[in-house]
Amino acid sequence: MNSEEFARKLRRHVVDMIHESGAAHVASALSVADIIAVLYTDILNIDPQRPDMPDRDRFIMSKGHAGVAVYAALAEKGFFPVSDLKNYYKNGSVLSGHVSHKEVPGVEFSTGSLGHGIAVACGMALSARSAKKEYSVYTVVGDGECNEGVVWETALTANQYALSNFTVIVDRNGLQATGWCEEILKMEPIVDKWRSFGWEVIDVADGNDHNQLRHALHAPTNGKPKCIIARTIKGKGVSYMENNILWHYRPPQGELYQQAIEEIGGEHI
Amino acid sequence: MRGTVINELERLAEADPRISIITADFGYGVLESFAEHFPTRCFNVGISEQLMTSAAAGMALCGNIVITYALGNFATLRCIEQIRNDVCYHNANVKIIAGGGGMAYGQLGMSHHATEDIAMMRMLPNMRVLVPADPEEALASVRYAVQTEGPCYIRLARGVEPILYHKEDLPDISRVQRVRTGSDVALLLCGPLLKEGLEASKLLEAAHISASVFSVPCVKPLDAEMIQRIAADHSLLVTAEEHMASGGLGSAVAEVLCDIKEPRAMLLRLGLQDVFPSVVGNHDYVCDYYGLSGQKISDSVMKMLR
Repeated sequence: MNSEEFARKLRRHVVDMIHESGAAHVASALSVADIIAVLYTDILNIDPQRPDMPDRDRFIMSKGHAGVAVYAALAEKGFFPVSDLKNYYKNGSVLSGHVSHKEVPGVEFSTGSLGHGIAVACGMALSARSAKKEYSVYTVVGDGECNEGVVWETALTANQYALSNFTVIVDRNGLQATGWCEEILKMEPIVDKWRSFGWEVIDVADGNDHNQLRHALHAPTNGKPKCIIARTIKGKGVSYMENNILWHYRPPQGELYQQAIEEIGGEHI
Repeated sequence: MRGTVINELERLAEADPRISIITADFGYGVLESFAEHFPTRCFNVGISEQLMTSAAAGMALCGNIVITYALGNFATLRCIEQIRNDVCYHNANVKIIAGGGGMAYGQLGMSHHATEDIAMMRMLPNMRVLVPADPEEALASVRYAVQTEGPCYIRLARGVEPILYHKEDLPDISRVQRVRTGSDVALLLCGPLLKEGLEASKLLEAAHISASVFSVPCVKPLDAEMIQRIAADHSLLVTAEEHMASGGLGSAVAEVLCDIKEPRAMLLRLGLQDVFPSVVGNHDYVCDYYGLSGQKISDSVMKMLR
C-alpha cells in the first residue's frame, strides 16, 4: 500500500474511532496523518511479526493526544487486528485516548504529557549511538508542545552528542489547545530556533505533502540531529475542521460525520 | 557513601556493559574515574533533570541499566512526572541515585534539601526506595538495585559517613536491620539518622528505658513481617527520618500497623511536622532543630511515655 492510500485509511479510522467514541483531538490526528503514513510506509524499519526486534527503528509519538493515528497505523500494518480499533476509548480497553504501550503491540512508548516522548527518544538515540547500533530514532512533536522547556533541553543534548540518528518532526499546524500558537507563545522563527541549537533543519512548506515529507526524511543529516518543520494543516482533509480550534475537542457527529467521511474519500474504504 | 556507590558501580560496569550513568551536571570529584573508564557510558547532559530522566528511560528501554545521578531534590522532585510516566509506567531499568538526601547539606537552605522525596518515590508503582544508613548499607543497596529489574531510588547523604554498626556480612538490604536489642521502645530509622537513634537509645537507657534500634534501609517494599514482629515485641514504635513526618518511613510503618488486628504498639512519627526546613545550620544543628538529634528523639520518647 502506498503512503497516500495508507493516509486515506488512517483518516477513515481516525474519524470513525473519534466519531464512535466521542473522543477529542480529531483535528490533531488529521494534521499528523500524512507524517505517520509516510513514516510507516516508507521510512521505519519495523516488523509487525517481531515488534520487539532489537535493531528496529524507534518511533515515539511525543504528541500523544494524536495517538489515535498511531493505533490506526499499527493496525493497518498488522501489529494487531484492525477490528481492535473499535475498542478505542471503551471501558476495559487498552486503547486509551493518549497513546499507551500496555498490551498494544508496536507502540514504542506511552505519551500524553507533552515534552516526554522527544526526550525519551533522545535517550534511545544516545543509546544506539553509544552501542554502535544502526537503527534510527524518530519522534513527532506538536508545535504547541515546543512550549515545554524539556523540548529545548532535548535540543541542546542531541546537538551536544551529535545524534545524527535522531529525527524530530514538528507538526507545525499553528494551533494549540486554546488558539493560535503565535498568539499564545511565539515559536517563530522556529526554523532559526532549531538551527541555532545546532540541528539540521528542513522546512517543509506543505507538511501534508508526502513527497515533500519523504524528501525531508531522506535528506542528509550532515552529522547533526535532524529537525523537520512540517507545516501542516490542523484538521487536514475535512474542510470544516481545517484551521478551526473547535475540532481540537469536538468529535464529528451526524451530518458532519458523513461529510467528513466523504471529504477524506473514505466511503469505499 | 557517594564514593562507595560510584566505585562499586565502576566495578560492576566492568562486568556488565549495560550499566551507564547519566548525570545532570552533578558528581564533581566523584564521577571522573567512571567517565574515564567508560567514556561511552557516562553522559553529562547539563542541568536538565527532566531530559536526564526521560533519556534514561529511553536508554533503559534499549536494554541498558541506567543510573541517573543528581542531588536528592533535583533527581526526584524536579522531574517527578518523568519518573512517573517514563520510568515507572514503563518499568524502565532506571536507578535514581541521589546525593544530599534529607537535610545533608544543612546550610544550603530549603531549596537543596530533599524532604518529600521518599513519599513521592514510594507512591509510584514499580519503584523501590532505599535509604542506606552507612557505606556498607549503601554498597548493599547499589548491588541490590543493579541486580533487581525495574526502577529504584537510592537516597544517599554526603561523601563520607561512618560505618554505624557491625555486620557479619553485607546486609540483605531488603530487610529491616536490627542494630540494638531492647524491650520497651523500638526506634526505626532510615539513612544516616541511624546514628541519632543509637545516641537516643543510650540516653534512654540511662533513664531506664530499654530501646531497640532498627535501620530500615528499604522503605519500599517495606519488610512488613519484621515491622509486625517489632510491633508485637514493643509497646512503642518511633520512626525518625530526615523527611516530612507524613508520607515517608513513618507513614509506611503506620500502614503496616493499621493492618494489625491484635492490640499493638503505639507509633510516634518524628520528622518535619508539615514545615519546610528553613533554619540555617550544619547538618547536626538542623536535625536537632527539627527534633531529630539523639537528645531530641530521646526527649520525645520520654514525653510520650510519661
